Amino acid sequence: MKIALIVIAAVFAVIVLAVIGIYNALVRLRNQADNAWSQIDVQLKRRHDLIPNLIETAKGYMKHERGTFEAITEARSKAMGAGNVADASKAEGMLGEALSKFMLVVENYPDLKANQNFLSLQEELTSTENKISFARQSFNDQVLGFNNKIQMFPSNIIAGTFGFVKRDFFEIEVAAEREVPKVSFS
Amino acid sequence: MWELIRANKRNSIILMVIMAAVLLLMGFVIGMVMFGPEGGMFGLMIATVIWLVMTLVSFSSGDQILLAASKATRVTHDVHPQLFNVVEEMKIAASLPVMPKVYIINDPAPNAFATGRNPNTASVAVTAGLLGRLNRDELQGVIAHEVSHIVNRDILFVTLAGVMLGSIVLISQVFLRGMFYSSMMGSRRRYSSGSGGGGGGAQIVMLVVAIVVAILAPIMAYLLYFALSRRREYLADAGAARLTRYPEGLASALEKIAGDPSPQLAAVNKVTAPMYIANPFKKKNQRKLSDLTSTHPPISERISILRNMTQGASFNEYSKAYTEITHAASVVPIAAVSKKEDIALRQAGAEAKKEDRRENQMRQVGDIMRKVNQFVFLSCVCGLKMKIPPNFKGNKVKCPRCRKTLDVASK
Repeated sequence: MKIALIVIAAVFAVIVLAVIGIYNALVRLRNQADNAWSQIDVQLKRRHDLIPNLIETAKGYMKHERGTFEAITEARSKAMGAGNVADASKAEGMLGEALSKFMLVVENYPDLKANQNFLSLQEELTSTENKISFARQSFNDQVLGFNNKIQMFPSNIIAGTFGFVKRDFFEIEVAAEREVPKVSFS
Repeated sequence: MWELIRANKRNSIILMVIMAAVLLLMGFVIGMVMFGPEGGMFGLMIATVIWLVMTLVSFSSGDQILLAASKATRVTHDVHPQLFNVVEEMKIAASLPVMPKVYIINDPAPNAFATGRNPNTASVAVTAGLLGRLNRDELQGVIAHEVSHIVNRDILFVTLAGVMLGSIVLISQVFLRGMFYSSMMGSRRRYSSGSGGGGGGAQIVMLVVAIVVAILAPIMAYLLYFALSRRREYLADAGAARLTRYPEGLASALEKIAGDPSPQLAAVNKVTAPMYIANPFKKKNQRKLSDLTSTHPPISERISILRNMTQGASFNEYSKAYTEITHAASVVPIAAVSKKEDIALRQAGAEAKKEDRRENQMRQVGDIMRKVNQFVFLSCVCGLKMKIPPNFKGNKVKCPRCRKTLDVASK
């Protein structure tokens, strides 16, 4: 009798511990995915911040390229003012395109390419573009881990009970966005 | 990623248990020989204490000691923006909780290492030679390899296993030397002070066993340590390919490192060697005898595995390429391979095509090192740039080209 009671208590305790462990793992994975998502935002904002400096530096050298500058400025303000994710993603795509066009035009201005200030901005911009794509990559990795956990036994039971739902991957909406704008500096 | 970390943890624990058993057994046997049959427990205790003290020291300040011993200087974004940015890119790709500290070592031999107990306290150090030779994609590959070491907790493993190895070697050395000297002095005390008349034979058997254990234990520990360390290099390469989606970057970086003619790294020792991206000890015939006792797999093999990854950048793909090149079973744990992953490769960065920049790049890195070491830069009206060392005395300097006398700005 006594032994049976102890066994039941022990089994119960093990189950409770397992549930707590799985629940915590789910929360951890979800937070990681959230954090990765916010990284994308951080880097997009960084790109917006870099653009005014870039234009300011390039303006003096590129007197006949007003159209290029206007396209960038317009895409930037659209991206910054975008209300929802779909709009933002579209606007960021346009901005990326405008920037890569700008970098192509830069090829015709060797003086600008020798400017120390411009060179360091160039490095920052390349790095920011890389960071955006790595942040996306990392977000998708995290989402994959989270979704796997939600769908697999036994964690799927706990996920269902506590209302953890599958996340969507970061799919790129605009065709142009699918290729991270290739910033060519050669 | 998580499966890999878990598999690594399990392997590390198994290794630790084996090494601890070897250590304790050695302590026990030596104790019995030195202090009689009851001394086994005493020897065991001494071994444990030595190991604990060494572990505590390396845990509290191991990374600082290593960085100081390598003469690494901490740098910020302003000093070398590209290096700093590349580290940050990899930090984001690997979702590390904090940015690793970035160090530069003023040494012409191209190499890099990572250190720190956990991802929160990690540091990455690269040599000036590495910065001078690699382009952006290659640098990214190297940093990704180091960040993979951080993610896989290899640094913790190297620290713990290194300390245990050190303790085993230390105890065995002390014992063997002690035996050697006491037998030189011809002390009869040991044989007569056994447990009575009949104990002499058993005592001698014990002595032989102890000597054999003391000789074999360090060798076993070394081989185990090196085998796991090589495996971890492969895993870090696989991780780097996965993080960057561009195995060619690391492959061509390794090629440049292998083909580099500069002398071997100045500040390095055998225990810290596993942390470097390429074996810092230069040997002529790497593929032959050194295989079992090498901390790193042959660099040519690592390059061909990376170059064989033509279909994608996942662990699965690396594993396939590995089997193809080495004809051995996979290095990547099954759990990580079986996970369905479809990871496409990416294109080379634009910079990769330019190869004529090398001299310029070396000069830039040189300037960076001088700036870090508090050189004063002075531009003359004739366009010449002078670099004045911090120990320069006097406040006037003559321009070597136009003979104009210039004031050295106050330091």
